[in-house]
Amino acid sequence: MEWASQLCENRGLGSKMTDSKYFTTTKKGEIFELKAELNSDKKEKKKEAVKKVIASMTVGKDVSALFPDVVNCMQTDNLELKKLVYLYLMNYAKSQPDMAIMAVNTFVKDCEDPNPLIRALAVRTMGCIRVDKITEYLCEPLRKCLKDEDPYVRKTAAVCVAKLHDINAQLVEDQGFLDTLKDLISDSNPMVVANAVAALSEIAESHPNSNLLDLNPQTINKLLTALNECTEWGQIFILDCLANYMPRDDRESQSICERVTPRLSHANSAVVLSAVKVLMKFMEMLPKDLDYYGTLLKKLAPPLVTLLSAEPELQYVALRNINLIVQKRPEILKHEMKVFFVKYNDPIYVKLEKLDIMIRLASQANIAQVLAELKEYATEVDVDFVRKAVRAIGRCAIKVEQSAERCVSTLLDLIQTKVNYVVQEAIVVIKDIFRKYPNKYESVIATLCENLDSLDEPEARAAMIWIVGEYAERIDNADELLESFLEGFHDESTQVQLQLLTAIVKLFLKKPTETQELVQQVLSLATQDSDNPDLRDRGYIYWRLLSTDPVAAKEVVLAEKPLISEETDLIEPTLLEELICHIGTLASVYHKPPSAFVEGSRGVQHKRIPARAGSGESAESSDVGQSGPSEAPPAVIPSQGDLLGDLLNLDLAPPTATVPSVQPSMQMGAMDLLGGGLDSLMGDESDTLGGDIGGSPSMGAGLGVAPAAMPTALGIAPAVGGGLGDLFDLGGGVGMPTGSYVAPKTVWLPAMKAKGLEISGTFARRGGIIQMDLTLTNKAMSVMTDFAIQFNRNSFGLAPAGPLQVLTPLSPNQTIDVSLPLSTSGPVMKMEPLNNLQVAVKNNIDVFYFSCQYPLSLIFVEDGKMERQVFLATWKDIPNDNEAQFQIKDIHLNSDAASNKLQGSNIFTIAKRTVEGQDMLYQSVKLTNGIWVLAEMRIQTGNPNYTEMELSIKCRAPEVCQFVFLCYELVLKN
Amino acid sequence: MIGGLFIYNHKGEVLISRVYRDDIGRNAVDAFRVNVIHARQQVRSPVTNIARTSFFHVKRSNIWLAAVTKQNVNAAMVFEFLYKMCDVMTAYFGKISEENIKNNFVLIYELLDEILDFGYPQNSETGALKTFITQQGIKGQPQTKEEQSQITSQVTGQIGWRREGIKYRRNELFLDVLESVNLLMSPQGQVLSAHVSGRVVMKSYLSGMPECKFGMNDKIVIDKQGKGGTTDEPGKSELGGSGKQSIAIDDCTFHQCVRLSKFDSERSISFIPPDGEYELMRYRTTKDIILPFRVIPLVREVGRTKLEVKVVIKSNFKPSLLAQKIEVRIPTPLNTSGVQVICMKGKAKYKASENAIVWKIKRMAGMKESQISAEIELLPTNDKKKWARPPISMNFEVPFAPSGLKVRYLKVFESKLNYSDHDVIKWVRYIGRSGIYETRC
Repeated sequence: MEWASQLCENRGLGSKMTDSKYFTTTKKGEIFELKAELNSDKKEKKKEAVKKVIASMTVGKDVSALFPDVVNCMQTDNLELKKLVYLYLMNYAKSQPDMAIMAVNTFVKDCEDPNPLIRALAVRTMGCIRVDKITEYLCEPLRKCLKDEDPYVRKTAAVCVAKLHDINAQLVEDQGFLDTLKDLISDSNPMVVANAVAALSEIAESHPNSNLLDLNPQTINKLLTALNECTEWGQIFILDCLANYMPRDDRESQSICERVTPRLSHANSAVVLSAVKVLMKFMEMLPKDLDYYGTLLKKLAPPLVTLLSAEPELQYVALRNINLIVQKRPEILKHEMKVFFVKYNDPIYVKLEKLDIMIRLASQANIAQVLAELKEYATEVDVDFVRKAVRAIGRCAIKVEQSAERCVSTLLDLIQTKVNYVVQEAIVVIKDIFRKYPNKYESVIATLCENLDSLDEPEARAAMIWIVGEYAERIDNADELLESFLEGFHDESTQVQLQLLTAIVKLFLKKPTETQELVQQVLSLATQDSDNPDLRDRGYIYWRLLSTDPVAAKEVVLAEKPLISEETDLIEPTLLEELICHIGTLASVYHKPPSAFVEGSRGVQHKRIPARAGSGESAESSDVGQSGPSEAPPAVIPSQGDLLGDLLNLDLAPPTATVPSVQPSMQMGAMDLLGGGLDSLMGDESDTLGGDIGGSPSMGAGLGVAPAAMPTALGIAPAVGGGLGDLFDLGGGVGMPTGSYVAPKTVWLPAMKAKGLEISGTFARRGGIIQMDLTLTNKAMSVMTDFAIQFNRNSFGLAPAGPLQVLTPLSPNQTIDVSLPLSTSGPVMKMEPLNNLQVAVKNNIDVFYFSCQYPLSLIFVEDGKMERQVFLATWKDIPNDNEAQFQIKDIHLNSDAASNKLQGSNIFTIAKRTVEGQDMLYQSVKLTNGIWVLAEMRIQTGNPNYTEMELSIKCRAPEVCQFVFLCYELVLKN
Repeated sequence: MIGGLFIYNHKGEVLISRVYRDDIGRNAVDAFRVNVIHARQQVRSPVTNIARTSFFHVKRSNIWLAAVTKQNVNAAMVFEFLYKMCDVMTAYFGKISEENIKNNFVLIYELLDEILDFGYPQNSETGALKTFITQQGIKGQPQTKEEQSQITSQVTGQIGWRREGIKYRRNELFLDVLESVNLLMSPQGQVLSAHVSGRVVMKSYLSGMPECKFGMNDKIVIDKQGKGGTTDEPGKSELGGSGKQSIAIDDCTFHQCVRLSKFDSERSISFIPPDGEYELMRYRTTKDIILPFRVIPLVREVGRTKLEVKVVIKSNFKPSLLAQKIEVRIPTPLNTSGVQVICMKGKAKYKASENAIVWKIKRMAGMKESQISAEIELLPTNDKKKWARPPISMNFEVPFAPSGLKVRYLKVFESKLNYSDHDVIKWVRYIGRSGIYETRC
């Protein structure tokens, strides 16, 4: 049965066509000859000539001089010739706009041709000719083609609208093509639907504010139906579009997920990745205790693994994406370590990416296997790969404590190989291991010192010097070793110089008697002979410290160092969230937001993941969220870079040395920007990435299933946030002022309406905890018991974080004060007014309802101080339409007092500027759901009697502005 | 979306250049040549960003295909498209070579115009494309209106991969289960990783628009049937029930003709097949894999200038079956000066240019074992770096599926034409090949 391969059949291998000859003509006078041939009467000769022209065009020769002659060939019945002429036209029309007009008639005629292939060809080509005059003529034919009876023409026309929009957006809008395009989403032909979706998505990208892609449950349903029927490419367009939709609730989210999961079995990797994107995004909305949530998680792993058997280029794309997915949801692939083992003939780019993921997945359970693999890799040929493998061993040691000892011995083995770059890399990572496990592995120092001479890379030299300085008291000849480096001090890189300076100062503090000369020498080298300001400054600081107060110097230089964190190279959470929304695209390959590499307006919108049901997602952002602009502001925190790298430069003194300890908490802070900050503290596994340093992915899962612990966690969570806020403020040198203003209690529920129960209350935010202070008075004749409280859904998801603590029965005429802690993780619904809260209180008698309004400052979080840079960028980024102006009268405060007062309510002043007798304060506020509000406040300083302040507030959700203003007024006036 | 597509020869000369977007200029053509093809160091990523322009490239023999964009495109889609483009070209004119591309450049431009519109991939199924784009140019003008609309409805239709009106005198189909078994084994014989990646390739010569249903011994399906107790399931009798009853499939992907939602809900594989050869499905298994060969290496360093290598291979399948094209590749150090080999079976040769001893055996039955021993003389070097000891790799072909997959049935229904499932001649064949089958030494 020999029928295995008949592939070569029908391919016409022996074809007589030898078009390659067209590539060979290079004679002079060629153009002239071609001209003659183009004008020949013989059809064949004409065609040959046009082919030659196209061949010349391909290799980059300028054949634009032949324009009129080629266009003359356009009027032909021969479709092949026609296509060639069109190809030429698309290339040169722009440079010869006047002559291009000659072609218009033919195009218009072709758009009426009975043959649908010709109609489509004409409309397709016309859209590619970027000449204004031609586009004018395009409109009528395009309008017809959009309604053509033939789907092939319609699908071509749909794309043509996008082309036209690229040339003249206004024209497309004026002509109403956008509406026609929207109608095509309901077309009977799936391919027309897919192309219409692609065109609309593209146009919508350049109109971030329009509600162009009006995604609602009905259209989503249409898209999901077309998804099953259209080509693989169409499926990609549709899935990518779906990913921009924000489901209204978890149920809708689940039903979409259910209809998208079958795509995970598609042979086309891009379809699979786009489906993964939709699922990763929408599963965020599903309650974690839902059975379906677990099923979905399980379904994601196999297709991701399958992507690794695709061609290497696709593997690369897949691995870059898996790297993101593993950071976001480590539990998905935690059992799949083996598939990331490097194969001997993987291309280097695949090897390096696999290694990255191996480190991320390393845990106590699989560390033995991983180490064995890494040791194999360290003997490979490719230098970069070997280095990374060695570094990975060190990372494992830091990540999995139980394995540290084996890692160190593996590293020592590798040092014994004496391969130069292996040794250097090993020394760099051993330094980090010392940082992580102080006083444990110092016995290896001797071995390290043997290799001192072979170190020629700055990073390795610096690491070695750090080790010598840090453990100077255990190394007998530490002074000699360091002195040997000092000889070529000026030839060293800055990194090494700084390290050497610090190391010698450390040595001096430990062994002052023998090393006085050495320290003098290095200080003078650093301060007098160097023109590097950093080095000089550090030198002077040490010098003065040593000369004025050696005890203080000791405290500073030999201070205990904070431990380094386990996870490194983590992508900053805001960025990670954004990149998850871009799975499959270039952004996910580069690990950069689109705005970093795309020019112009396209792709500048920041995408974000929808919040889980029941988290502090605000009403307004879920309302308008789909169209993008009012989504959470681009809270770009500059990426932290490699922490290990940073540490090297960092043992100067405590002020800087605190940085690494702040790092994990900073990431936690950043997490809050995403909205649902509380939520993430409550056991979203993403906090294993940022805040939780437990490191092992299994822990994430453990946390994930702890809903029982929720109420307590809730109480504590805001406090943590508050603590962080404090820390940052202190860093900025601003003391914490008096605290936020609390309004006096007002009667919310009169006794008349509640069968004798009177409730008055107020709201307060204390140290990051939101509290509802209630006074319950029993004005009835009988005892009241069994109190309970519940909130209706509200704009910011406020909900009681615990039961109403009325422990004893309330006897007649008794009054009791209760403080009810609130969380912002309740269900969200936009209220009118925004800060309205509907409350139900129950007791043994009945259920009573009332509503009250809380000051918006209740939900201003403590870490709402924006970086200046970010502020500037965000201010510019928010459209001016969103700016609101207010005036506050009768304020007798100067700007400092005002900003102090405001800070008590978590309105932070970022910068102050004095212009023409006016103080301008720039302020930021962050809401619990991650929305940022920026403000500019103008205060007259010259005249104390002039007490008017002007306030402009900008926010992506402009509804908020009014309420923020009210808070300003409230705070400043009280 | 894709802004432009270029094809270069190995020297970096442009053979094809098609620009779809205004933001891509002619200088992009040169940028790729200078920064990637002529780059001093080999590029280390298939995606390159040069001056805010992203280039995706794949290489086929010595031809470079590059897609260019300035936007945040779907990267996976771009690569899938480039592969598809290669498939389409191969289907039209065979091997992708400079000569073939130059000979067919008009055709390629036509194809590029058709399958990529404004950078958006369109229907790229060769079956459909060949109905109106041929090497003799666009099909002749005298088409009837019916023919034209048939073409367009096929290109845009739900079954874009098959045209209507196909007729065969003899309805026949061939199923190939092609598996490649991958292994990474430690020197001590511990399986570090093993998986089978399999493909079911189908060649169909069926008339009309046949509705097909494919069944295999998928554990999930079998278990479900066991519980449900359905007896009328088609083809149950066709399966002899030999060997393993069912296999656990880790994951599978399907050709776009398969109705994925049906697979997701009922786990049944139903489809209308393309005409001719295509890949119906791919799958991957990791459990209970039959490893056809076991390699037992023994490397001993005798002093600094000599290595002794002994390798035993054992076949591990039914004695009645024959493995073919067996090749064992034992790497040798770079400073090898001479090798002496003795083997019991087959032929072994030291290939200096490949730094390996290649041992070839034509055939080997199951449950046998064979051995090779070699003495490798080394030149003394002062290279401090130790020899990396690449793994011993193996190639072979066996007439069974190492995953244990069995085809249970492939039913064909064509209601409009008068042939039934029984009239279709069906062939099934299993081939297991080595993928990356390595044992560390």
